[in-house]
Amino acid sequence: MNVLDVDYMLQLVPVLLSYLPLTLEMAGAGMVLALILACLLAVIRVLAIPGLNALTLLFISFFRGTPLLVQLFLFYYGLPQLFSALTEINGITATILGLTLHFSAYMAESIRAAIVGVDRSQTEAALSIGMTNGQLMRRIVLPQATRIAVPTLMNYFIDMIKATSLAFTLGVTELMGATQKEAAGSFLYFEAFITVAVIYWGIVELLAWLQRRLEARFNEAYQR
Amino acid sequence: MIRVEGLIKRFQGNAVLSGIDLEIQQGEIIVVIGPSGTGKSTLLRCLNFLERPDAGRIRIGNLDVDAARPRKADILALRRATAFVFQNYALFANKTALENISEGLIVVNRWPKDKAYARGREILERIGLADKADAYPASLSGGQQQRVGIGRAMAAQAEVILFDEPTSSLDPEWVEEVLGLMKQLAEERQTMLVVTHEMAFARDVADRVIFMEGGRIVEQGPPSELFSAPRDPRTRDFLRKVLANQASLQS
Repeated sequence: MNVLDVDYMLQLVPVLLSYLPLTLEMAGAGMVLALILACLLAVIRVLAIPGLNALTLLFISFFRGTPLLVQLFLFYYGLPQLFSALTEINGITATILGLTLHFSAYMAESIRAAIVGVDRSQTEAALSIGMTNGQLMRRIVLPQATRIAVPTLMNYFIDMIKATSLAFTLGVTELMGATQKEAAGSFLYFEAFITVAVIYWGIVELLAWLQRRLEARFNEAYQR
Repeated sequence: MIRVEGLIKRFQGNAVLSGIDLEIQQGEIIVVIGPSGTGKSTLLRCLNFLERPDAGRIRIGNLDVDAARPRKADILALRRATAFVFQNYALFANKTALENISEGLIVVNRWPKDKAYARGREILERIGLADKADAYPASLSGGQQQRVGIGRAMAAQAEVILFDEPTSSLDPEWVEEVLGLMKQLAEERQTMLVVTHEMAFARDVADRVIFMEGGRIVEQGPPSELFSAPRDPRTRDFLRKVLANQASLQS
């Protein structure tokens, strides 16, 4: 067995890190858009809006029920075949679209559960002092639902960051794509992939730390 | 003045309120007693539109609402005219004691924050919790939480405060401080409609006691009359059971 080429790995780190912004951009954009969509879907489910509710269930069922990779290929290779206007869809856009739709399906359910999980009597108390439904949501329910949802949403965000690596199958040179290219040039596959693995791991640990901070902050009101 | 006429509420076809007529004068303290499941809480919840009545008319001040066909604005106005104290306190868990009390002033009455908090602090003073302004509900005792719940209702400056069994889920050690605060409000002639099983409170504080059974008002009158000489056999029966129970506790 050959000895690990540590020098090569150290050289590789700054090269790979220069692709990190693209990875984080795709995950960041995907997360923001998925959150917005998921909130909409969750509210539709909570209020059981006729018609839209059924569509939402179908949406969630499809995007939870099929692999993300299949969905990405569908958007990148499949859609342009149907709609010629989409011929120009690039890999980055397709990835963000795929991440958004895929993860919003999961997140909608956890947001819905968080909204339903807020003590019902507080809703009545808010209505009893004359709050409108909108005020009730903004001031009482959503702040508390956020606290309940933070751990699961952060989990999805972590998952999404790692899922951006699939973009390389659409020809996007992000963190994973860059690693693949570097490894193909140097034939030092193990070094290249263990390096990128550690980079992903580091980002996720950073987020986990952030999550703990967030949870501690949200829990301040609940200390006895 | 508050006037309720022919209030009817059904749950899945079962009448829980079968035509309630009720008049409450300003500054009057009314206690509603009766067996469980006779619609006492439902009556309070209908006045606040936490339940939607099936029929009837509710008049509070200038407000006149056809309970079966209320407009959205009517419901909000009715809720603003009636404050509610819940059995399980129902404080906003994400807000401090001060914020719980001031929340309605800020959001519903659109007061500036500092004015609302100044009023909140006055109320905290009156309910004896000035030192707990920044405490969250989770860190307060049951009695303290219910006093904040009453403080929240006081802040609303409603025509009437509706108390729905305010001491029923309290540990016995906290009951007195909550009843004490309610007595204090009664002395200030805050109009109150109280559903409770605390017979001593009814006897000492109420101007009028209402006995309800089967979704109807069976009998009502000043506590001196109703407790010592109930006319209806159902009232007699209920009081005999309850008072025997409470006497056995005291001996």
